[in-house]
Amino acid sequence: MFKAIWRWIQRFSSPKYFYEMSARLIPWFAVSALIIGVYGLYLGLFKAPPDYQQGESYRIIFIHVPAAWMSLFVYMVMAISAGIGIIWQIRLADMVAAASAPIGASFAFLALVTGSLWGKPMWGTYWVWDARLTSELILLFLYFGYMALQSAIEDQRSADRASGLLAIVGVVNIPIIHYSVEWWNTLHQGATVAKFDKPSMHIDMLIPLLLMALAFKLFYFAMVLVRTRNEALYRDRNRRWVRELITGL
Amino acid sequence: MNWSEFFNMGGYAFYVWTSYGLMLLLLVANIVSPMWQRKKIIARIKRAIKREAIVGAKT
Amino acid sequence: MLKAYYYLLMRDLRLAFRSRHELANPLIFFVLVVTLFPLAVSPTTEALRTMAPGVIWVSALLAVLLSLDRLFKQDFEDGSLDQLMLSPNPLVVLVLAKVTAHWFLTGLPLVLIAPLLGLFMALPDESVEVLVYSLLLGTPVLSLIGAIGVSLTVAVNRGGVLLSLIVLPLYIPVLIFGANAVDVAMDGLPVRGQLFFLAAVLALALSLAPLATAVALRITASR
Repeated sequence: MFKAIWRWIQRFSSPKYFYEMSARLIPWFAVSALIIGVYGLYLGLFKAPPDYQQGESYRIIFIHVPAAWMSLFVYMVMAISAGIGIIWQIRLADMVAAASAPIGASFAFLALVTGSLWGKPMWGTYWVWDARLTSELILLFLYFGYMALQSAIEDQRSADRASGLLAIVGVVNIPIIHYSVEWWNTLHQGATVAKFDKPSMHIDMLIPLLLMALAFKLFYFAMVLVRTRNEALYRDRNRRWVRELITGL
Repeated sequence: MNWSEFFNMGGYAFYVWTSYGLMLLLLVANIVSPMWQRKKIIARIKRAIKREAIVGAKT
Repeated sequence: MLKAYYYLLMRDLRLAFRSRHELANPLIFFVLVVTLFPLAVSPTTEALRTMAPGVIWVSALLAVLLSLDRLFKQDFEDGSLDQLMLSPNPLVVLVLAKVTAHWFLTGLPLVLIAPLLGLFMALPDESVEVLVYSLLLGTPVLSLIGAIGVSLTVAVNRGGVLLSLIVLPLYIPVLIFGANAVDVAMDGLPVRGQLFFLAAVLALALSLAPLATAVALRITASR
């Protein structure tokens, strides 16, 4: 029984099978991301009323908050799939982890820059050592560390396992880092005038926010599949299925 | 609400539109870069196939 | 198992004492960096006191970071690391022995010299005491987390910058609570919370970091 499940997992996680399957999945994710994203943008830019305190500038939150959520979510996915890759030696999981890093880093970057653009009219300066922005910056550094380690080691397998272990260590550390930054920030209050997360958000603001978050997530799924396909092609470049596929193109 | 008012964003036009522009830019970059990568990988494998065919023919 | 721990610890200490001048380097670096700040910023007591906790803690962090290399580099290059991994003793215990040796050679000297730096930075007496406690709890964490980083990067050429890129973000909680404990102590406020947090982080690092380091060494060695 157990063996049967194992064999099933191995069959479905073979890069060749994944390559064929993912081609069918990507359009679905991409199209739904586009539709939901455009609808979310429409609601966010046209339908949501201006905030009574921040005026129109709060509309940046429709990008900032989903991007911040995604940067954390992608890191989790990265660490979990790296763990699967290390423990059960599933190559596909390693590929997913490696493919996730640049996408997650760009979400973290987007959250940082939009946070500072939102902060300028609120705080009067582009950068304030706000707890959320600081945590986001550290998260970006964690992504950079992962990518640097991944590219510094030549042997593919040990690069995957080494950077995967780093991602797992990072995941254990993220709550601790987050908690300490949060605590550090409360000590040095006064810097922050307004917080991002408001306890009661108007429903007309919440819906576009959640739609944008969903669109970002679907976009990530589409893009991680595209990138994992590339990884599969590259890593299996000397195997028969890739050779047959390329000659058939 | 007319269009110029919409683009003005209550005086926050620069911040809001820079944010949305950057989002668009990053999304597009995230779509384009794996496409380029794919082309490069395929070209590389094709070269390898050719090279091996030549080497194989000689031996 | 305890025997293996003891022997490896003694071996590392003995090896280190053979090159005594190298032993003092992190310590001198620590004092030197702290000395730069009064020169760069301002030597007034007030200015010194505002920056002292942060400056001393950041310098300690960098001193440990620079010394991390010797944790595994030598052993990796002369092949004794492979020997260690072949030994019947659990790798976690051996890693723990090596980290202990590293802490004795870098962390502990930093702790011992800290009162002198407190003097340099015009810290009041009660916060010097807290500084020593915070370093005592914090520097082992730096060695433990650093061990994961080095074991991942020993095989990489010119891995120095890479190592700091990997390790420094993970050091942030220790830095925040360590420096803050000293800062708060200067105002005569209780610091037990901060010290408890550092102790908790130490306990966590002590139980998890050697495991991660052992896995990392296996990964590095499998190349």
